[in-house]
Amino acid sequence: MGKPLDIVVLVKQVPDSGAPRSLTATNATVDRETADLVVNEMDEYAIEEALRLRKDHGGQITLLTMGPEGAVSSIRKALQLGADAAVHVTDSALSGSCAVKTSLVLAAALRTLSWDIVLCGAAATDGQLAVIPAMLSARLAAPALTSARALTIDDSDTPVAHVERQTETGYQKLRAALPVIVSVTDTINEPRYPTFREIMAAKSKPILTLSLSDIGIDPGDVGVAGATSAVDDFSPRPPKGAGVIVPAGDQVGKQLVEFLAERRLIN
Amino acid sequence: MTDSQVLVLIDHDGGAIAKSAEELLAVARVIGEPAAVLLTGSGSPEPLVRGLAVLGVVTVFHASAAEYAQHGVVPRAETLAALVREHRPTAVLVPATADGKEIAGRLAVLTDSGLVTDVTELGEDGKAVQEIFAGDVIVRSHVTVGTPIFAVRPGVAAVESVAQVEPSVIAVRPEFSAAVGLSEVVEEVAEPRGSRPELTEAKVVVSGGRGVGSAEDFGLLEELADQLGGAVGASRAATDGGLYPHRYQVGQTGKTVSPQLYIACGISGAIQHKAGMQTSKNIVVINTDETSPLFEMADFGVVGDL
Ligand SMILES: Cc1cc2nc3c(=O)[nH]c(=O)nc-3n(C[C@H](O)[C@H](O)[C@H](O)COP(=O)(O)OP(=O)(O)OC[C@H]3O[C@@H](n4cnc5c(N)ncnc54)[C@H](O)[C@@H]3O)c2cc1C
Ligand SMILES: Nc1ncnc2c1ncn2[C@@H]1O[C@H](COP(=O)(O)O)[C@@H](O)[C@H]1O
Repeated sequence: MGKPLDIVVLVKQVPDSGAPRSLTATNATVDRETADLVVNEMDEYAIEEALRLRKDHGGQITLLTMGPEGAVSSIRKALQLGADAAVHVTDSALSGSCAVKTSLVLAAALRTLSWDIVLCGAAATDGQLAVIPAMLSARLAAPALTSARALTIDDSDTPVAHVERQTETGYQKLRAALPVIVSVTDTINEPRYPTFREIMAAKSKPILTLSLSDIGIDPGDVGVAGATSAVDDFSPRPPKGAGVIVPAGDQVGKQLVEFLAERRLIN
Repeated sequence: MTDSQVLVLIDHDGGAIAKSAEELLAVARVIGEPAAVLLTGSGSPEPLVRGLAVLGVVTVFHASAAEYAQHGVVPRAETLAALVREHRPTAVLVPATADGKEIAGRLAVLTDSGLVTDVTELGEDGKAVQEIFAGDVIVRSHVTVGTPIFAVRPGVAAVESVAQVEPSVIAVRPEFSAAVGLSEVVEEVAEPRGSRPELTEAKVVVSGGRGVGSAEDFGLLEELADQLGGAVGASRAATDGGLYPHRYQVGQTGKTVSPQLYIACGISGAIQHKAGMQTSKNIVVINTDETSPLFEMADFGVVGDL
């Protein structure tokens, strides 16, 4: 076994992607009132990967979330999976932060923590941006290994992380020396369900709350005031006109061919 | 140089320009005059420059460095950032692929700029259209800080034929900062996909879900796809269940497709699946369960067994 690893896992609270979601009419931010809020799914895979690393290498797992006060419910849920502690960056000035500024805040928080590896999801289901890991890498001058479908860390004195990354044409094998940022996809492992013991244990795990002043960020530089982009307007997708639905039967093949020909999809 | 130059990062495989390049150039022309940014490794860029000539590109910034292949997105983002500082373009467009979005994110940090990802349309006023929440909500937004960066979703924008030109190629001498953390590409492994078109570029996608039943039965979908000249896709239940390889997954955690024709076989239509196919022009649904939500967006539906 090499040296123990200090692991930080980035965890975001998002509205459940399996239910309809909307933006608030007042300031076009994600509507948190009506939504069922959950831990971003891919972040659960990042947590699972952290647990596996801690088992093999030893060390500490700290979860890091930037989000409103209510996000603490998702932090507790995530802690039930087995991490040791959590850090929650929360401040009323953060509401409406864009990705650029979210990465500014997360980077500042990461500078106050000690870590060998930052694990996160490849994408959050709310904005589906998939940019935070790359932005953190640029801000912290730490290499990013992204969209990993497999991860190993070797046991040398100067450990190196190795990942397999799915690409459009196949996959890449990548490596980088620690400290490193790794984003994972949902094919990397099978996240566990919490045990009763872990659910009970999570209640007393420490959650450190940090405000913007704790991490040295000017409130005017984040949130709606500091956002680098602005929403002009939004609307629901116009409903699709009803199509033709037919029961299976002898005629179906012919009807389908007629439909395709009429739409000039076959000739 | 015009005042409204738009830098367009050109995706390519070393030999040919990606289809997304033509779409990005069309989107760039809405707000200004596109200048292509062509970053290559070893080998002659000549075939790529010729490809850009056909697409009517007047200005090409070309940089060549082994680092582009060795270190993933970091060197590409650095070169783009240097071009932005020097030429102060109106905007930068990159394809919204996995790499493209990472480049956009890094560029935003390096140039103190805002970005919009997964753009489907750009207005003359620089306002970008995006579809969020599985395509259920259409948002228009604009960048308020720095040089606007747009990651444009491939396979969406309409292209127009333009007159061929003789591009002027401006050689760029890339400089890479020593202070950034770099990853190293150890190996590129190609996984053959056969003769079928790329999922995101295909005009027809035949997609299967759990209802297809078995990996063998996916063979029937492949036959149909081949007859129609299309690609094969799958739902997450199908890829997780080992019926079909994961890289063909359509949906929130897979590919986003918008073909002329999407044929969904034995797929129920969860929101996360719709997220990847909602914008298909024509949708055919085959499912035994008439209450399956995907029927709601079907142009033609068959209630029945596959
Ligand atoms: C965060 C998150 C991300 C996700 N991302 C994705 C994603 O990217 N892509 C994705 O697809 N899913 C995704 N999912 C999963 C999604 O919620 C659904 O579970 C999945 O799409 C269901 O796949 P399915 O329709 O094939 O299976 P099922 O829902 O089980 O549906 C099978 C369908 O087949 C029909 N059927 C059965 N037998 C036959 C037959 N003989 N002939 C015809 N029809 C038959 C049934 O009536 C049923 O409608 C995600 C989920 C989460 C939580
Ligand atoms: N506000 C946040 N707090 C903690 N982690 C975040 C936050 N936003 C994004 N992340 C992490 O970054 C990953 C990618 O997010 P995104 O780039 O927004 O798609 C997520 O899976 C999280 O692990």
